[in-house]
Amino acid sequence: MGAQLRQLRRRIRSVKSTAKITRAQELIASSRIVKAQQRMQAAVPYEREITHAVSAVLSNTTNVDHPLTVAKEQPTSAGVLIVTSDRGFAGGYNANILREAEALKGHLVGRGLTVKPYVVGRKGLTWHRFRSREMFGEWDGFSDNPSYANAKEIADALIEAFKAEDGIDEIHVVYTGFVSMLTQNVVVKRILPLEVEEAETAPEGIPPYYEFEPTAGEVLDSLLPRYIESRIYNALLQSAASEHAARRRAMKSATDNANELIRVFTQQMNQARQAEITQEISEIVGGANALADAAAGKE
Amino acid sequence: MAKLRVGVVSPEREIWTGEADMVIAKTVDGEIGIMPNHAPVLGVLVEGGVLRVKRGDEGDLVAAVHGGFISVANNDVSILAEAAELGSEVDVARAKDALQRAQASIEADQEDTEARLKAKRAAARLRAAGEEV
Repeated sequence: MGAQLRQLRRRIRSVKSTAKITRAQELIASSRIVKAQQRMQAAVPYEREITHAVSAVLSNTTNVDHPLTVAKEQPTSAGVLIVTSDRGFAGGYNANILREAEALKGHLVGRGLTVKPYVVGRKGLTWHRFRSREMFGEWDGFSDNPSYANAKEIADALIEAFKAEDGIDEIHVVYTGFVSMLTQNVVVKRILPLEVEEAETAPEGIPPYYEFEPTAGEVLDSLLPRYIESRIYNALLQSAASEHAARRRAMKSATDNANELIRVFTQQMNQARQAEITQEISEIVGGANALADAAAGKE
Repeated sequence: MAKLRVGVVSPEREIWTGEADMVIAKTVDGEIGIMPNHAPVLGVLVEGGVLRVKRGDEGDLVAAVHGGFISVANNDVSILAEAAELGSEVDVARAKDALQRAQASIEADQEDTEARLKAKRAAARLRAAGEEV
């Protein structure tokens, strides 16, 4: 067998096994998107209610002076929460996030702030470590399936740093928003100092006048951290769904590519085999003719 | 008579929604009973409280609610719990076990606030399941 033929066979075999892996990854990712979407759906009622509650308190108390809602006059540093994935094989997912995070960093530095990164996901961690950048918070191990406890942990760390004297004066979050199976966009948002996002349907008429148990201030005290947790939980859930969607797409195109490669290689291999057979035949025929000529010459 | 529309939600899922005649919850100021046409209220719930939803003929719905808020406006009652469990979903044996372990660690270390919290939660779950604690 010819060397070229053997080489092509080997390449086909290796591409086939790669295709099997990427195909399996694609199927796993598509089944997980559904679950991630369901979790996003399940979290919607709580988010809606807590947003409603926060805007109720804020609309009832005329001068809100809560530390979490007040912007410092001279901010000196900003925390940036970057939500990446634990595993690769997701196309440009992590690259997009990190590029946006860099752009945000440039913007913040331009305003004269020092930037302190807080990173979620192993990919983001290694990215920062490789560039030996200091990180102020590191979390990993749950990017594809975050729980509320994870969000709480992150929120606690951020709020603590925000309240501390020499901590951070602003908190931004960079994550991937899940729009649909085919569209995911990187979202950059400021979460502290707080700007309450109004629910999409604005409440009609004048908001009712609430009584508070025990007092408006104390309700706000316990409500705001929960609200921030819920925002972060939402960011984690959207990122998880986007991660699966990005992985599914990346793995689908990888599988398609592999199949195309297999097709091309098979064609080349057949050509090589055909050429080899033709050559063999012409050698045999040539040899036989030579023998026949020699025999004829003797007579 | 008007009915209350009640929703019990936790961050990870919607636990229960439906109509009710009366809702009883425990805020940090004490028990609060909500009946239809109640004035708008926003209250902070205690850690390890029991929520009772009275539904007339259908019987009461009882749930263990761990922290969170109650908000009432225009006959809409929302219970925002950090974690909540319906009485019917509570695994009594496990809750009893958790309570005993928590109490044991409180006895060993009086300052153990985490164990105290766990004991409170376990007790609330047992009360929601209709057990005597």
